[in-house]
Amino acid sequence: MELINASLKTLRTMLDNKEISARELAKEYYDRIKKYDPELESYITVTDEQALSDADEAQKRIDEKNAAPLTGIPLAIKDNICTDGIRTTCASRMLENFVPPYNATVIEKLKGQNYVLLGKTSMDEFAMGGSTQTAAFSKTKNPYDITRVPGGSSGGSACAVGAKLAPAALGSDTGGSIRQPASFCGVTGLKPTYGRVSRYGLIAFASSLDQIGPIANSAEDCGILLNAIAGADAHDATSSPAPVEDYTALIGQDIKGLKIALPAEFYSDSTDDEVKSTVLSAAKEYERLGAELVQCNMSSLKYAVAAYYLISGAEAASNLSRFDGIKYGLRGEGKSFDEMIRDSRSKGFGAEVKRRILLGNYALSSGYYDAYYRKALALKQLIIKEYNDIFDKADVILTPTAPTAAYKIGEQESDPVKMYLADICTVTVNIASLPAISLPCGYNADGMPIGMSLVGKRFGEAVLIQTADAYQRGFKYEPNKYTGA
Amino acid sequence: MKLYPTIGLEIHAELLTQSKVFCTCSAQFGGEPNSRCCPVCSGLPGTLPVLNAKAVEYIIKAGYIMNCDISRFTKWDRKNYFYPDLPKAYQISQMPRPVCLGGYVDIESEGETKRMRINRIHLEEDAGKLVHQNRVSLADYNRCGIPLIEIVTEPDFHSAQDVTAFFEKIRLMLQYAGVCDGRLEQGSMRCDVNISLAEKGSDTLGTRTEVKNLNSLKAIQRAVEYEIYRQTELIENGERVIQETLHFNDATGETSSLRSKEDAHDYRYFPDPDIPPIIFTEEELEQIRADIPEMPQQRYDRYVGEYGISPTDASVIINNKAISDLFDNAVKAYNAPKPTASFITVELMRRINLGEANAEELPFAAKELARLIELAETGKISKDNRKVILREMLSSGKAPDDVAEELQLWIKEDNALIEKTVDEILAANPTPVEQYRSGQTKVFGFLMGQCNKALKGSASPAAIKQMLEKKLNS
Repeated sequence: MELINASLKTLRTMLDNKEISARELAKEYYDRIKKYDPELESYITVTDEQALSDADEAQKRIDEKNAAPLTGIPLAIKDNICTDGIRTTCASRMLENFVPPYNATVIEKLKGQNYVLLGKTSMDEFAMGGSTQTAAFSKTKNPYDITRVPGGSSGGSACAVGAKLAPAALGSDTGGSIRQPASFCGVTGLKPTYGRVSRYGLIAFASSLDQIGPIANSAEDCGILLNAIAGADAHDATSSPAPVEDYTALIGQDIKGLKIALPAEFYSDSTDDEVKSTVLSAAKEYERLGAELVQCNMSSLKYAVAAYYLISGAEAASNLSRFDGIKYGLRGEGKSFDEMIRDSRSKGFGAEVKRRILLGNYALSSGYYDAYYRKALALKQLIIKEYNDIFDKADVILTPTAPTAAYKIGEQESDPVKMYLADICTVTVNIASLPAISLPCGYNADGMPIGMSLVGKRFGEAVLIQTADAYQRGFKYEPNKYTGA
Repeated sequence: MKLYPTIGLEIHAELLTQSKVFCTCSAQFGGEPNSRCCPVCSGLPGTLPVLNAKAVEYIIKAGYIMNCDISRFTKWDRKNYFYPDLPKAYQISQMPRPVCLGGYVDIESEGETKRMRINRIHLEEDAGKLVHQNRVSLADYNRCGIPLIEIVTEPDFHSAQDVTAFFEKIRLMLQYAGVCDGRLEQGSMRCDVNISLAEKGSDTLGTRTEVKNLNSLKAIQRAVEYEIYRQTELIENGERVIQETLHFNDATGETSSLRSKEDAHDYRYFPDPDIPPIIFTEEELEQIRADIPEMPQQRYDRYVGEYGISPTDASVIINNKAISDLFDNAVKAYNAPKPTASFITVELMRRINLGEANAEELPFAAKELARLIELAETGKISKDNRKVILREMLSSGKAPDDVAEELQLWIKEDNALIEKTVDEILAANPTPVEQYRSGQTKVFGFLMGQCNKALKGSASPAAIKQMLEKKLNS
């Protein structure tokens, strides 16, 4: 049990000191996946053969004393990040058999360090959802209670890390898809600043909001992963040329005098009482550590979900139009081109994906564009301005990650509006292109983890990791049945 | 009722960049089907477009030569529609903030100079090509992602001649700017024509139709003329013109409906989130503007003004960029602009017009043409023999000196031969000789010609003339 609770830093030392080989480490995780994943369904594809040869490659490098921080470290990758020669499904029937002929830039970077790919993790179909129950296959469960959802859309990655079926993972976050499942599964997830990590090879949901980021056991582990994947990319014109820092550099430095803002709207009646009080006691803990709490407001929050669904829906409708079954993916039948793609798309997409496509196309239609899409863009500006105002007075912002802890499977899926409103705590961060980290701050009466989010200034990831780490040093994690004795 | 046509154009021109507009695939014409595409231009999931800076430079040049304003802030939008030749199901184009706005081009049409206004020019990507075989359609994505500029004019055109003169003029300008190769047979430029008819002087326009994808001057002219005729017939018979998109059939010379207004797409344009907007600085724009090569009008002025070439010859030369380049390079190699110009416009252009040669693919270099002119100007060969050598150069690609040597076309100034030949000609033409001697000196030219012909260019005209005068006056 020592091994699976080890931090990435410890694993690095163990590998470098030959206490364990890369192959043994990978095998340890495969044994656990074999044992527990049939129940949890966090993986869509497990890549054992490939991984063991990856591990042997990594071992050579370790033996040559030439290891990079992630050499020989096994990772799980969300199944919307393209992996050359390994199918990448987006948990959709549409791409069930899609094998990309190229790697995402983040995969190229990880391969450059000789990481070990454990497998591809489940998600809501095309990352649309917050429960991983819209997946066409591998509907992942919560490791703290398999009758509950793991959150989503990166539910597979969060569950895999929470159940120790991977030491760390990559997810993607469009409106909370890294942070909310991290919070539901009791792990740490970081959504980087928009443009910090290349989106090349990430199958697009909403291009102006999507961002790849790490899900891990701690803020420090997130920082180690971010160090590996951050940076400008010639293949992604929206990637930022801002210099890459060592995101773990500030860890351990005093947070005395750090100003933490608490926007009142995030602590309203629509947030569960237990969640609220748990996050507020974490705020008290920060005060005890020397931080200064700042009360503030964010009046645009009530419009945020509407703006988010319009912008993300519009982009998604366009991004998903390419799935016509002509060159790859599920191919329907029909006598004409129109009939054929109608059939491909009817059969290939699930209900939630269809709903978002309809919503997005409606918002962009002539006659409605001004009323919906343009208004959403105006709200985006308002949200950015309110964040700027708060950051004039504070260094980071503290909010709950989700209004509730993990709920029962089947409880919310029938009510899309309720489901969409549950994104209220996370979507503004994507709209404003900011970085945010979710970390566990307690457990509710049902024993389900509660997460809090720290939101930072643009490219302020190092401060977020420092701040999260300061809290995590004193935090007591509850084990789940997969990690316990 | 006198009906008056009003016409506006949308012209698509492919840019001459090495690579495609959003990826690094070759932008060359042709190639094995689907051999020039990659995950980006074939729209595989997860891939992202990255804008080719050269394409942006080229559209700015196109804007400057057509007197447009260049937007200091420009951005790209997605035009969404499903079609199998469009792998992303959206075309990256520009809607509210095109690179070029406003502008005009002056043309000569129907005996007058007319100013045709440009509404906008924007940068977008080309789609692929569909090939229909039996009951199967095959898609070739080689053309997918080739950079295109779309030039949208104001409705300033009123006849087929206006349209073809404009099209030909901008084709030439784009070629000179090095922005588009203008090769219509390869689809490098395509024209959509919007036509409506109304009573002359009426302030409302009639219902318009749009004829799509015309790719030759002939097709443009015929389509415009046919559409004017068809709409005139309809209106005069009391019927209504339907707003629709039409296809022009080259074989029948008629237009037919592609889709009506009711079937028009809602393209759901919105800003492309993958391509950041561009802000140009004055320095960047100035640098691009300074880099624009000499335009046809400037070359014309240089030919007439500096070289003293006739306006007709200068026009013929500038109207074909390959010919104009050949001329400039030949003059650079051997400085004799006038004889070079007249030889090109008379002899070379005749061969080209007869289909014996292609201006874009001549088998010899400009310096070889220059050498040919030099041989004649320096008296090494006769001027007539330039034609003979040119034909040989065109058919075999041989150098002019080699041809002259092989065919023995050098001027030898062999006085004995000249004398013998002149004697023979005079003996064979007693009547003209009599006429000359009785004062009708204009027959001298005829006798000169006969001698020249018999000597096959081996003697210079001066030498023949001297001998002929001597014999006639003796």
